[in-house]
Amino acid sequence: MTRDIAVRAEDVGKLYRLGELTGGYKLLSEQLAEGLRSFGRRRSRREEFWALRDISFEVERGETFGIIGHNGAGKSTLLKILSRVTPPTEGQVQLNGRVGALLEVGTGFHQELTGRDNVYLNGAILGMTRADIERKFDEIVEFAEVERFIDTPVKRYSSGMQLRLAFSVAAHLEPEILVIDEVLSVGDLAFQEKCLGRMETVAGEGRTVLFVSHNLTAVSTLCPRAMLLQSGAKVAEGRTEDVVEAYVRSVVRETGTLLTERDDRQGTGKLRFTEVLFEAGGRVVDSPATGDDFEIVLRYETADGKPIRNVSFAVQVLTLLGDVILHLYTRTAGVQVPEAPGVGEVRCFVPRCPLPPGQYAVTLWADQGGDPVDWIQRACELTVREGDFYGSGQTQLPSHLSVLVDHRWTVAAADGTAAAEGGVTGARSA
Amino acid sequence: MSIAGQPGITPATIIRPPTGWAALRLAELWEYRELLYFLTKRELQIRYKQSVVGVSWAVLQPVLLAFIFTVFFGVLAEIPSDGHPYALFAMAGLVPWLFVSQTVAQSAGSLVGDANLLTKVYFPRLVIPLAKALALLVDLVIALGVLLAVALLYGEMPGPETLAMPVFLILGLVTGVGLGILLAAANVQYRDIGLVTPLLIQVWLFATPVIYPGSLVTGDWQYLFALNPMVAVVEGVRWCVFGDSAPDPLAVGISATVALGLLALGIGYFRRTELFFADIV
Repeated sequence: MTRDIAVRAEDVGKLYRLGELTGGYKLLSEQLAEGLRSFGRRRSRREEFWALRDISFEVERGETFGIIGHNGAGKSTLLKILSRVTPPTEGQVQLNGRVGALLEVGTGFHQELTGRDNVYLNGAILGMTRADIERKFDEIVEFAEVERFIDTPVKRYSSGMQLRLAFSVAAHLEPEILVIDEVLSVGDLAFQEKCLGRMETVAGEGRTVLFVSHNLTAVSTLCPRAMLLQSGAKVAEGRTEDVVEAYVRSVVRETGTLLTERDDRQGTGKLRFTEVLFEAGGRVVDSPATGDDFEIVLRYETADGKPIRNVSFAVQVLTLLGDVILHLYTRTAGVQVPEAPGVGEVRCFVPRCPLPPGQYAVTLWADQGGDPVDWIQRACELTVREGDFYGSGQTQLPSHLSVLVDHRWTVAAADGTAAAEGGVTGARSA
Repeated sequence: MSIAGQPGITPATIIRPPTGWAALRLAELWEYRELLYFLTKRELQIRYKQSVVGVSWAVLQPVLLAFIFTVFFGVLAEIPSDGHPYALFAMAGLVPWLFVSQTVAQSAGSLVGDANLLTKVYFPRLVIPLAKALALLVDLVIALGVLLAVALLYGEMPGPETLAMPVFLILGLVTGVGLGILLAAANVQYRDIGLVTPLLIQVWLFATPVIYPGSLVTGDWQYLFALNPMVAVVEGVRWCVFGDSAPDPLAVGISATVALGLLALGIGYFRRTELFFADIV
């Protein structure tokens, strides 16, 4: 039986010179001066690196295929090759069908033009024909919920309205192969859910979809099969669950929990953290789940191997963007450590992990009477798995939450007669 | 459009590392004609929406410049104009000159100006500078209307030679697009091209018989002079307006050859470098 292949990539690689990443353009005057100076000499080899190497995969027609990986793993380079924005350095890709890329929302929106003009312009940029756009125009405008303002220049739109309109144009593309980059993080929650629904429809229509994301939940929901990129190479491919698991494992392995090699630390160095790990239910875990009790374990040793006096420890949990979510500090917790042994272990117990699923960075700190002794920013990453925080069976959480808390709801009539009541105060520990 | 997609009917695209000189791929350009249309429309909409004077900008520019030229070069400096009224003489030169020089200037900066498109979406990159040229063609048509009105005002009736005007204007378009896309592609790689372009256009103005008549260059020198394709364009348009002193056919031939050579060079260089625009812009 011959399979019906929509996308076939064979040994695809992309080589960048280092300068090209930070804007590859030069000045002609510089180039000429350089040419004169180095006349007769060999040109120095510039630093090169493979953003992508030996990538092969096949996607069948009608399949929804996920591509996951950390930032810098080569996802966006692969996307640019698939959408023909940049050519590969080696290998080849065969695309059987018209390709539409939904890379970045709002590309080509012009502030002076009206919503209507921008829909047509943007549609044309994304590869839609005028007839296509005309046919879908009302649908696009309705989906974006901007009917009343469609003949107003988009500079008068709120940023949310612009995003909605831009996504709506892109969401109505009808190519045979659709390449989608992280676009679900657009607009408010209700709109995000609408977008997700739209993507499911697209996938359900028998079109081939390549979905690139680091939103593991979205990938798991939409794609039965996926591959994992790491440092420009394909490290896993297969059932999405297995690939996601490999990804979660790679997070821990990649960042490393051994800290002895870290030299980007600050402080006097009288005490140094040597290792950080997470434990749940008495076992070392890669990633605790939302709502699970877990422990952050810090191992350390002092410089002279002797006990150290009057020391305080802190653990910060940050988003990957750098916003501090948790600041756990012995001193603010009222814990005195008059003397800590020369080699030891610090444990910080966090009941019912209040962090929604996602990736976080962990910063470690130790001080002696306020003077930093050891301070390692982003010592490791912490991945939180999906879990049932509220004990309500609802594990699906809206994205872009920072923290979960217990709470209680009451709905009542004006005279105080309760109509509904419910809460999740300590639901699981109670 | 087939959504389910049937093998054998939907075209297969092969993406490979580029080798050597790229093909012209004019058929692909044709496929993207609607994008070209919308980009041209964008140019016109923005231009006429943002300026206070709107469409009259296309009218004001040649008229105002012709007036200034007449005062300074015609009246004060007494530069000859082959016996024609200097104002009309200057305007007949300015209309094609402004069209070509603006095509070059706007094309040169066009790719860098639309960098966010280049790095996100695929389309034949040529549509970006071409949209600039097409939008300027609309201005040219308006300016030609003004030129006709001024010519009638001075009692110059269109003659049979006026029919030749499109030939010279197309020659101007070829020159403007050829040089424009060459500079546009070069500007992506060497950002100081954008700084040099205005200077280049200034020098070019003085090498073109806009302010002075081409008849100042005589004998065999005119063939050297004709290496600047704008010489044939400006002199040709003037001939169409005044109907006397037809341009030398050999000189026009030289200008046309240079213009076509410039276009071939422009397209060749553009096609060769366009694949990497997204990596360096």
